[in-house]
Amino acid sequence: MTRDSLDLWDSQMRKELREEVRRALADLGDESTLPSVAGPVVELEDLCLAFGDHTVLQGVTLDLHRGETLSVLGGSGAGKSTILRLILGLSLPDSGQVRVEGQDIANVPLRQVLALRRNMGMVFQGAALFDSLSVYDNVGFYLHEHTDLPEEEIRRRIRESLDLVDLEPDQVMDLLPAELSGGMKKRVGIARAVVHRPRLLLYDEPTSGLDPITTRTINDLISKLQNELDVSSIVVTHDIRSAFRISNRVALLSEGVLVFVGGPEEMVASEDEYVRAFLR
Amino acid sequence: MSLSETASTPLRYLNDTLKGWAFHTQEYFRLLGRSLHGSLSRPFYGRDLVIQMDAIGVGSIGIVLLTGLFTGMVLALQSAVEMKQFGATIYIGRLVGASTIRELGPVLTALMVTGRAGSGMAAEIGAMKVTEQVDALYTMSVDPVRKLVVPRFVAAIVCLPLLTVITDVVAILGGMLIAVVKLDLTMGLYMRSVYLTMAETGFIFRYIPIDLFSGLLKPVFFGAIIAITGCYFGLKTSGGTEGVGRAATRAVVTTSVFILATDYFLTQVLIALLIE
Repeated sequence: MTRDSLDLWDSQMRKELREEVRRALADLGDESTLPSVAGPVVELEDLCLAFGDHTVLQGVTLDLHRGETLSVLGGSGAGKSTILRLILGLSLPDSGQVRVEGQDIANVPLRQVLALRRNMGMVFQGAALFDSLSVYDNVGFYLHEHTDLPEEEIRRRIRESLDLVDLEPDQVMDLLPAELSGGMKKRVGIARAVVHRPRLLLYDEPTSGLDPITTRTINDLISKLQNELDVSSIVVTHDIRSAFRISNRVALLSEGVLVFVGGPEEMVASEDEYVRAFLR
Repeated sequence: MSLSETASTPLRYLNDTLKGWAFHTQEYFRLLGRSLHGSLSRPFYGRDLVIQMDAIGVGSIGIVLLTGLFTGMVLALQSAVEMKQFGATIYIGRLVGASTIRELGPVLTALMVTGRAGSGMAAEIGAMKVTEQVDALYTMSVDPVRKLVVPRFVAAIVCLPLLTVITDVVAILGGMLIAVVKLDLTMGLYMRSVYLTMAETGFIFRYIPIDLFSGLLKPVFFGAIIAITGCYFGLKTSGGTEGVGRAATRAVVTTSVFILATDYFLTQVLIALLIE
């Protein structure tokens, strides 16, 4: 293949991707209907983290604005999920700062970290539903643990959350996680993450291992939640199409280094070699 | 690799190994401390405690009954061979009673519960760890130590002495069965012999035989060891399903060694405190 034909193929690919981004944005509706963006909810500043000789993150600076959905893209082992763990305070950086709602999560007392986590919802890659608990108890876990709400109110909120993720409460509430399909598990995981109405939602590979139709459903669900609950979201994924479909901005990590941050269209137009290689 | 680097490799390995042990020891005792604190402060997970008592206590009754029965029977059988030569078969009750109540009851019960429940704790918590369920607890501001470890810790501490009583009783009855059927002793003679051996060592708090007291104090420690070791290896699990299997195996081996070593030191201390 000659260089000219490579360039032609490349520009064709980018044209197609641009079209896809336009379609995705059109699906979401007018951009102005997205929640207004003001003041960062999460600020990552010059983050560095290494496990032994293996560098996981190197000088990562990134922020998430209020009401925004930011997708963090990258190959396997690029450090994407580590960013979520740092935001949750499950891991601590070697250097740099992680500020959530303006508070440095590595340098506040545990009680404060727990309080910050109560404003977050996390959707795990494998859903991480508690095997021994029914869907009802899984979704209501947070409310049972941290509130004194009467059982009737908890039941109402659980039903509301299951409705929100397009699951029929009466059909699934008594099922155990082992009795659910992959897509249903993800939806129950999302229902559990939003039941206490968090201000920040974190998704770890929400569409991995799902078929294209279920992937589209989950993507629509993420967009719907952003619009209906007015949350700020960080989605860690390696699925470019999904990221373009649901995100206001996209960040690309390569071996722990942030190589791109910007809108989906900017990413498609980027001249950076790694970005182009990733999109190809 | 230079000569100095080659020479420093074993030293570095030794250094890393020792650091690793120190770290694990520190983390192990930290988990023990947090579990003790969690047992005495809110929030209490009553439902989880009942579930664990059912799993550790009720679930282990069958194997403890069989262990006690056959241990008592084989003790009586083996000792009868020797004692017959001296016409001392009337002392079978003393031998079975003393060895069961002082040592075999607590230790065998603990080892059986280790195999059954200790491995289960490591595997269950390990599976939760590798499927991110433990992380899910953290993200929902729930302390996994309080939610997962404390109920198992309290359940094991409560259930082990009770299971030991069952082992002791069944072992003594097993020994009696052999004494009556094979050695033609009467039940009364056998039971009196068991009582005398307990009475000989003296009483604590006026009515409790010292042997029985020390035999029921040890299981409290063994219960703590079973729960903390099982949960510790569970919480440290990594490496997917293979890691879960490894955690369960390590938990059983480590707990068994800890129980036998602790038994020796506890016996020393109890003899010094209560008998001497």
